[in-house]
Amino acid sequence: MKVFSELKKNLKKDFSGFRSVKVAILGDTATQFLAQALKGEGYEQQLDLLLWEADYNQIEGQVLDPGSSLYDFDPEIIILFRSSHKLLQKYGKLDPGAYNTLADKELELIDRLTGTIWSRSTAKIIYYNYNEIDDTVFGDYANKTEMSFLFQLRKLNYELMKYASQHLDFYICDISSIQNRIGRRVFFQPSVYVNTDMVLSLDVLPEIAHSTLALIGTLKGKFLKCVILDLDNTTWGGIIGDDGMENIQIGSLGIGKAFTEFQYWIKKLKNRGIIICVCSKNTESVARQPFKEHKDMVLQMEDISVFVANWENKADNIRYIKSVLNIGFDSMVFLDDNPFERAMVRENIPGIIVPDLPEDPAEYLEYLYAQNLFGTASFSNEDKARAALYQVEERRKEAQMGFTNEDEFLKSLNMQSLVEPFTKYNTPRVAQLSQRSNQFNLRTIRYTEADIGRIASSDEYFPLVFSLEDNFGDNGIIAVVILKIEAADTLFIDTWFMSCRVLKRGMENFALNTISSFAKEKGFIHLKGQFIPTPKNDLVKDHYQNLGFTETGAYWYLNLNTFKEKKCFIQFKSSSYAKK
Amino acid sequence: MQRSDILKKINDIFIDVLDNPGIVLSDQTTAGDVEGWDSLSHIQIVVSVEKAFKLRFTSREIQSWANVGEMIDCISSKN
Repeated sequence: MKVFSELKKNLKKDFSGFRSVKVAILGDTATQFLAQALKGEGYEQQLDLLLWEADYNQIEGQVLDPGSSLYDFDPEIIILFRSSHKLLQKYGKLDPGAYNTLADKELELIDRLTGTIWSRSTAKIIYYNYNEIDDTVFGDYANKTEMSFLFQLRKLNYELMKYASQHLDFYICDISSIQNRIGRRVFFQPSVYVNTDMVLSLDVLPEIAHSTLALIGTLKGKFLKCVILDLDNTTWGGIIGDDGMENIQIGSLGIGKAFTEFQYWIKKLKNRGIIICVCSKNTESVARQPFKEHKDMVLQMEDISVFVANWENKADNIRYIKSVLNIGFDSMVFLDDNPFERAMVRENIPGIIVPDLPEDPAEYLEYLYAQNLFGTASFSNEDKARAALYQVEERRKEAQMGFTNEDEFLKSLNMQSLVEPFTKYNTPRVAQLSQRSNQFNLRTIRYTEADIGRIASSDEYFPLVFSLEDNFGDNGIIAVVILKIEAADTLFIDTWFMSCRVLKRGMENFALNTISSFAKEKGFIHLKGQFIPTPKNDLVKDHYQNLGFTETGAYWYLNLNTFKEKKCFIQFKSSSYAKK
Repeated sequence: MQRSDILKKINDIFIDVLDNPGIVLSDQTTAGDVEGWDSLSHIQIVVSVEKAFKLRFTSREIQSWANVGEMIDCISSKN
C-alpha cells in the first residue's frame, strides 16, 4: 500500500481516461488530508474523484440547508465522517442521566441527516463507523453498563449496521475494523490531533482511502467475481504428484490447519457468489483425486466452476478460464504460492489481481483479510447458486459439440423466456446485473436497488426484465431493458444489458421482438437507442446496426411500422407483465 | 549526529514532502521562505522527521520552532 506522501504526489498525475465520480466529503473534524488521500488513492484505483469538501464541521449546516452548496454540487456519493472523538465530547457534555441515550440520539440525528439528503438528492451515502475509544472510566465493567461510553459506541456501530441493511443507499465504510487490524496507536496520533484537529494519523489515511475507494468502486461496478486457485502449497500443503494423497497437508494438525482454514475461507467466498476455479500444473486425474477422495478436503468438485490442471503455462490456462466464464481479467484474482508463476501471470494477463501471498502458509489468511478484496454493492440469492450456473454452462457447451447446425442446437435447447416488470423480488438481481454487466451493456448506466425502485414507480419508464430457462436449467434473470418515454411516438432505450452467460442464443433478437410488440401496443412508432463506448463494451458497438436500426447523429432509430420480427428460437413464457 | 547531517536529512525530507527539488534549507529558513510550507504540510514534515529520526515531538514542540535551526536544536536534544 502506498504511504500518504506518495498518494499526495499522485494529485499531480494525469487522471484523464479514468472514470470520474462526483464525491462530497463532510466531516466534524479537519478533513483536508483525508480529501487528499482519497483523491490520490483514486489514481491507484483508476477513479477520478471530483471532490467537493465541506468547510470544517459543517455537516448539519450543509445537509439541512436546502440552498447549500452541497446540493449545488449535486454529488453522486456523499461521505459523512462523524468522528468518535466528537462523539466522546458529546457524551462528556451530557447529563449523566442521559449517558445511556447517546447511541439512540445519534441514530435519530443520522436518520434525519440521511432522510434530508435523500429528499433532495439521489446521492448514495458512505458513512464512516466509529473506531473504538475506550475511556476506561468503568474499566471492563463498561461491558456490563449501558451508560458507559464504550457500550454506547458499540451499540451505535451495531445499530448502524442494521440501519445500513434497511437503507439501500446507505453504505458503511468500516474504519473500526481498520483500527482493530492496525491498532489504535497507529490509527491515532495525539500530537497531530492537538495541532490540526485531525483524528486520523498520516499512517492510517492510506488504509481508509483504500477502503473508501474500493467501496466507491463497487458502487461503480468494479468488483471481483472470480478466484483462481493454485493447488500444491496453496490449497493444500505439499505436492500431490510427488507426495501422494496420504501425505499432503490438510486437516487439523500443524500446518495442515492453515490450508484447511484457507479452504473454508474459499468456500465462504463461493457461497457468497464468487466463482472458484482451479489452475494447477499437474496431471489432471492426480489433481482431482483429493477433491474426490481426501476426507479432509473442504472444497469439493462441485465448488469449482472451471478446473484446469495440465502442464501448459498458467497465463494460457487463465485465458481459457476467461473464455468459459466470459468475465473480464480485472474481475479475477489469482492465488498462487509460487512467486515465479505470479510474476508470469501478472506480466501476461493485464488487469488480473495477483496478491503476493506470504511465504509462510500460516500467514495466508491474515494477509488476505488485510487485502479486503471482495467488496460488493449487492448480494442476491443468485449469488449462492452461481457456481452451479457455470457448471451447467460447461455441459451446454459440450452438448453443442454434437450439433453442426447452430439453429438445430438452439431449437434443441427448448428455450423459454419470462418477461416481467421490476418487482420487489427481482430488484436485487436487476441492480446487481446493472453493476456487473460490462460487455453486453449499451450505455453502462449503473442502477442500485434504490434507483430501480424509483424507476419502477415512475410513469415515464417501462422496464422489461428477461429470464431464460432451457432443458439444462434455469438461467434466472439474464437481461434487462429500460424504456423511457421520450416523445408521444418515441421510446428511448435508456438501458439494455445482458449477462454474457447467454451470448449467442438469440436473446437480443427475442428482446427486440418483445420491445417492439410492447411499444406498438402502447402506441409508439419509433425506438431510439444509443451506444456509449467504454473500454469493455466493444462487443455491442454494432448492436443496433445488426438489429436494423439506422444511425442519425449520436443515436440509432427503428421505425416500428416497417419492423419485421427477428428470427429466434426462444418461446415467450406467459408473463406477469401482461397481467399488470 | 552532526548538525550539518541533521540539516541535510531534513532538507531531503522537505524536498520529498513538498515535492520540490530546489529547496535549500539553512538554520535561518522560516516557513515564509519556502513555498508550500504551510500549517498542513508542516504536520506532514513533522511526521516524516519523526519517522526518519525515530523520535516523537510533543504537541508543544511542533508549534514552537521559529525556524529550521530551532527544529534541529530540538532534534539534537532528543538524540
